[in-house]
Amino acid sequence: MKKIAITAEPISTAMALTPLENLGGGALASFTGIARADSGVVALELEHYPGMTEQNLHAVADAAMSRWSLLGCVLLHRVGKIAVGEQVVVVATAAHHRAEALDACAFLIDRLKTDAAFWKKEHRTDGSALWVEAKSTDEARAEKWREAEAEGS
Amino acid sequence: MRFVYFARVREAVGIDCEERDVPATVHTIQDCLDWLRQCDARYALAFSDPVRLRYALDQQMVNANASLAGYSELAIFPPVTGG
Repeated sequence: MKKIAITAEPISTAMALTPLENLGGGALASFTGIARADSGVVALELEHYPGMTEQNLHAVADAAMSRWSLLGCVLLHRVGKIAVGEQVVVVATAAHHRAEALDACAFLIDRLKTDAAFWKKEHRTDGSALWVEAKSTDEARAEKWREAEAEGS
Repeated sequence: MRFVYFARVREAVGIDCEERDVPATVHTIQDCLDWLRQCDARYALAFSDPVRLRYALDQQMVNANASLAGYSELAIFPPVTGG
Protein backbone atom coordinates (compact mmCIF):
# COMPACT_ATOMS: atom_id res chain seq x y z
CA MET A 1 0.00 0.00 0.00
CA LYS A 2 1.38 3.36 -1.02
CA LYS A 3 -0.33 6.73 -0.67
CA ILE A 4 1.13 10.02 -1.92
CA ALA A 5 -0.63 13.37 -1.61
CA ILE A 6 0.34 16.98 -2.24
CA THR A 7 -2.37 19.32 -0.99
CA ALA A 8 -3.09 22.95 -0.13
CA GLU A 9 -5.43 21.74 2.65
CA PRO A 10 -4.26 21.10 6.24
CA ILE A 11 -2.71 17.68 6.85
CA SER A 12 -2.29 15.67 10.06
CA THR A 13 -0.24 12.79 11.42
CA ALA A 14 -3.51 10.88 11.96
CA MET A 15 -4.39 11.20 8.24
CA ALA A 16 -1.15 9.39 7.42
CA LEU A 17 -1.29 6.75 10.18
CA THR A 18 -4.96 5.75 9.95
CA PRO A 19 -4.73 3.98 6.56
CA LEU A 20 -1.69 2.03 7.85
CA GLU A 21 -3.31 0.75 11.05
CA ASN A 22 -5.12 -2.29 9.66
CA LEU A 23 -2.55 -3.76 7.30
CA GLY A 24 -1.62 -6.52 9.75
CA GLY A 25 1.71 -5.04 10.77
CA GLY A 26 3.04 -4.86 14.31
CA ALA A 27 4.77 -1.51 13.86
CA LEU A 28 3.88 1.95 12.64
CA ALA A 29 6.36 4.84 12.49
CA SER A 30 5.87 8.43 11.47
CA PHE A 31 7.67 11.74 11.08
CA THR A 32 5.79 15.05 11.17
CA GLY A 33 7.38 18.32 10.09
CA ILE A 34 5.80 21.45 11.62
CA ALA A 35 6.26 25.11 10.59
CA ARG A 36 8.54 26.67 13.27
CA ALA A 37 8.49 30.26 14.51
CA ASP A 38 12.21 30.79 13.80
CA SER A 39 13.35 34.40 14.32
CA GLY A 40 10.14 36.20 13.43
CA VAL A 41 8.74 33.65 10.98
CA VAL A 42 4.93 33.78 10.93
CA ALA A 43 4.23 31.53 7.96
CA LEU A 44 5.85 29.33 5.34
CA GLU A 45 4.95 29.21 1.67
CA LEU A 46 5.60 25.98 -0.21
CA GLU A 47 5.87 25.87 -3.98
CA HIS A 48 6.15 22.69 -6.07
CA TYR A 49 6.49 21.54 -9.68
CA PRO A 50 3.14 19.88 -10.48
CA GLY A 51 3.73 16.51 -12.08
CA MET A 52 7.42 16.24 -11.31
CA THR A 53 7.02 16.52 -7.54
CA GLU A 54 4.48 13.66 -7.52
CA GLN A 55 6.92 11.55 -9.57
CA ASN A 56 9.72 12.38 -7.10
CA LEU A 57 7.60 11.27 -4.13
CA HIS A 58 6.55 8.03 -5.86
CA ALA A 59 10.22 7.30 -6.64
CA VAL A 60 11.27 7.85 -3.01
CA ALA A 61 8.36 5.68 -1.75
CA ASP A 62 9.15 2.92 -4.28
CA ALA A 63 12.81 2.96 -3.17
CA ALA A 64 11.73 2.50 0.47
CA MET A 65 9.25 -0.28 -0.42
CA SER A 66 11.92 -2.21 -2.33
CA ARG A 67 14.59 -1.72 0.35
CA TRP A 68 12.50 -2.71 3.39
CA SER A 69 9.62 -5.18 3.56
CA LEU A 70 7.01 -2.54 4.30
CA LEU A 71 3.30 -3.21 4.39
CA GLY A 72 2.63 0.38 3.45
CA CYS A 73 3.87 3.94 3.39
CA VAL A 74 2.20 7.33 3.24
CA LEU A 75 3.72 10.66 2.20
CA LEU A 76 1.62 13.80 2.69
CA HIS A 77 3.06 17.22 1.81
CA ARG A 78 1.32 20.54 2.17
CA VAL A 79 1.80 23.38 -0.37
CA GLY A 80 0.74 27.03 -0.37
CA LYS A 81 0.70 29.27 2.70
CA ILE A 82 1.24 27.42 6.01
CA ALA A 83 0.92 29.18 9.38
CA VAL A 84 3.44 28.54 12.16
CA GLY A 85 2.36 25.48 14.15
CA GLU A 86 0.68 23.77 11.18
CA GLN A 87 2.00 20.55 9.68
CA VAL A 88 4.11 20.80 6.52
CA VAL A 89 4.91 17.14 5.89
CA VAL A 90 3.95 13.75 7.30
CA VAL A 91 5.72 10.51 6.42
CA ALA A 92 4.45 7.21 7.85
CA THR A 93 5.35 3.55 7.45
CA ALA A 94 3.85 0.19 8.45
CA ALA A 95 5.90 -2.98 8.83
CA HIS A 96 5.84 -6.25 10.76
CA HIS A 97 8.61 -5.05 13.09
CA ARG A 98 9.81 -1.69 14.43
CA ALA A 99 13.31 -1.61 12.91
CA GLU A 100 11.98 -1.66 9.34
CA ALA A 101 9.26 0.89 10.09
CA LEU A 102 11.66 3.29 11.83
CA ASP A 103 14.53 2.97 9.33
CA ALA A 104 12.22 3.34 6.32
CA CYS A 105 10.56 6.39 7.90
CA ALA A 106 13.96 8.10 8.39
CA PHE A 107 14.96 7.20 4.82
CA LEU A 108 11.71 8.64 3.41
CA ILE A 109 12.01 12.04 5.06
CA ASP A 110 15.77 12.32 4.41
CA ARG A 111 15.36 11.53 0.71
CA LEU A 112 12.20 13.64 0.35
CA LYS A 113 14.20 16.64 1.59
CA THR A 114 16.77 16.37 -1.23
CA ASP A 115 14.89 14.59 -4.05
CA ALA A 116 11.43 16.18 -4.21
CA ALA A 117 10.77 19.43 -6.07
CA PHE A 118 9.48 21.68 -3.28
CA TRP A 119 10.70 25.18 -2.42
CA LYS A 120 10.11 26.90 0.90
CA LYS A 121 9.75 30.62 1.57
CA GLU A 122 9.66 32.16 5.06
CA HIS A 123 7.30 35.07 5.76
CA ARG A 124 8.31 37.22 8.75
CA THR A 125 6.55 39.57 11.15
CA ASP A 126 8.17 42.63 9.51
CA GLY A 127 6.50 41.74 6.19
CA SER A 128 9.70 40.45 4.57
CA ALA A 129 9.85 37.07 2.83
CA LEU A 130 12.94 35.03 2.01
CA TRP A 131 13.49 31.77 0.14
CA VAL A 132 15.09 29.11 2.34
CA GLU A 133 18.52 27.97 1.14
CA ALA A 134 19.21 24.23 0.77
CA LYS A 135 21.25 22.85 3.69
CA SER A 136 24.41 20.79 3.16
CA THR A 137 23.44 18.77 6.27
CA ASP A 138 20.26 17.61 4.46
CA GLU A 139 22.33 16.50 1.47
CA ALA A 140 24.75 14.69 3.81
CA ARG A 141 21.89 12.75 5.45
CA ALA A 142 20.47 11.71 2.06
CA GLU A 143 23.97 10.75 0.88
CA LYS A 144 24.40 8.42 3.88
CA TRP A 145 21.45 6.37 2.64
CA ARG A 146 22.95 6.23 -0.89
CA GLU A 147 26.26 5.01 0.56
CA ALA A 148 24.48 2.39 2.69
CA GLU A 149 22.62 1.25 -0.46
CA ALA A 150 25.91 0.97 -2.38
CA GLU A 151 27.33 -1.16 0.46
CA GLY A 152 24.21 -3.33 0.38
CA SER A 153 23.18 -2.67 3.97
CA MET B 1 10.63 25.02 -26.23
CA ARG B 2 8.65 25.65 -23.07
CA PHE B 3 10.63 27.17 -20.17
CA VAL B 4 9.37 26.97 -16.59
CA TYR B 5 10.88 28.67 -13.55
CA PHE B 6 10.36 28.11 -9.84
CA ALA B 7 10.91 29.87 -6.53
CA ARG B 8 13.78 32.41 -6.42
CA VAL B 9 14.50 31.87 -10.14
CA ARG B 10 10.83 32.51 -11.05
CA GLU B 11 10.82 35.76 -9.08
CA ALA B 12 14.14 36.92 -10.57
CA VAL B 13 13.03 36.18 -14.15
CA GLY B 14 9.63 37.75 -13.47
CA ILE B 15 7.45 35.04 -15.10
CA ASP B 16 6.65 31.41 -14.31
CA CYS B 17 6.69 30.04 -17.86
CA GLU B 18 7.24 31.02 -21.48
CA GLU B 19 7.61 29.55 -24.97
CA ARG B 20 10.82 30.41 -26.85
CA ASP B 21 12.34 29.31 -30.15
CA VAL B 22 15.81 28.10 -29.25
CA PRO B 23 18.57 29.07 -31.74
CA ALA B 24 20.23 26.22 -33.66
CA THR B 25 23.55 27.00 -31.92
CA VAL B 26 22.06 26.08 -28.52
CA HIS B 27 22.51 22.37 -27.82
CA THR B 28 22.83 21.91 -24.05
CA ILE B 29 21.32 23.50 -20.95
CA GLN B 30 24.63 25.29 -20.44
CA ASP B 31 24.35 26.79 -23.96
CA CYS B 32 20.77 27.75 -23.17
CA LEU B 33 21.75 29.61 -19.98
CA ASP B 34 24.47 31.52 -21.89
CA TRP B 35 21.93 32.46 -24.59
CA LEU B 36 19.23 33.54 -22.11
CA ARG B 37 21.74 35.63 -20.11
CA GLN B 38 22.45 37.61 -23.30
CA CYS B 39 18.73 38.03 -24.07
CA ASP B 40 17.82 40.00 -20.94
CA ALA B 41 19.52 41.47 -17.85
CA ARG B 42 16.92 39.79 -15.60
CA TYR B 43 18.05 36.37 -16.85
CA ALA B 44 21.70 37.33 -16.39
CA LEU B 45 20.89 38.09 -12.75
CA ALA B 46 18.61 35.06 -12.23
CA PHE B 47 21.26 32.68 -13.62
CA SER B 48 24.30 34.46 -12.15
CA ASP B 49 25.15 31.70 -9.65
CA PRO B 50 25.10 28.27 -11.36
CA VAL B 51 26.02 26.53 -8.08
CA ARG B 52 22.51 27.47 -6.88
CA LEU B 53 20.69 26.25 -10.02
CA ARG B 54 19.14 22.88 -10.82
CA TYR B 55 17.48 21.70 -14.05
CA ALA B 56 14.86 19.28 -15.29
CA LEU B 57 14.06 18.24 -18.88
CA ASP B 58 10.48 17.00 -19.29
CA GLN B 59 10.34 16.69 -15.48
CA GLN B 60 13.49 14.56 -15.12
CA MET B 61 16.37 16.05 -13.11
CA VAL B 62 19.48 16.48 -15.29
CA ASN B 63 22.78 18.38 -15.11
CA ALA B 64 23.82 21.45 -17.09
CA ASN B 65 25.62 19.33 -19.71
CA ALA B 66 22.38 17.60 -20.77
CA SER B 67 21.33 17.95 -24.40
CA LEU B 68 17.98 19.61 -25.15
CA ALA B 69 17.41 17.41 -28.21
CA GLY B 70 14.05 15.63 -28.11
CA TYR B 71 12.73 17.47 -25.05
CA SER B 72 9.91 20.01 -24.94
CA GLU B 73 10.15 21.50 -21.43
CA LEU B 74 13.16 22.88 -19.56
CA ALA B 75 12.69 23.78 -15.89
CA ILE B 76 15.23 25.97 -14.09
CA PHE B 77 15.06 26.28 -10.29
CA PRO B 78 17.11 26.52 -7.08
CA PRO B 79 18.13 23.45 -5.02
CA VAL B 80 14.99 21.98 -3.42
CA THR B 81 13.99 22.81 0.18
CA GLY B 82 10.85 20.81 0.96
CA GLY B 83 9.94 18.77 4.01
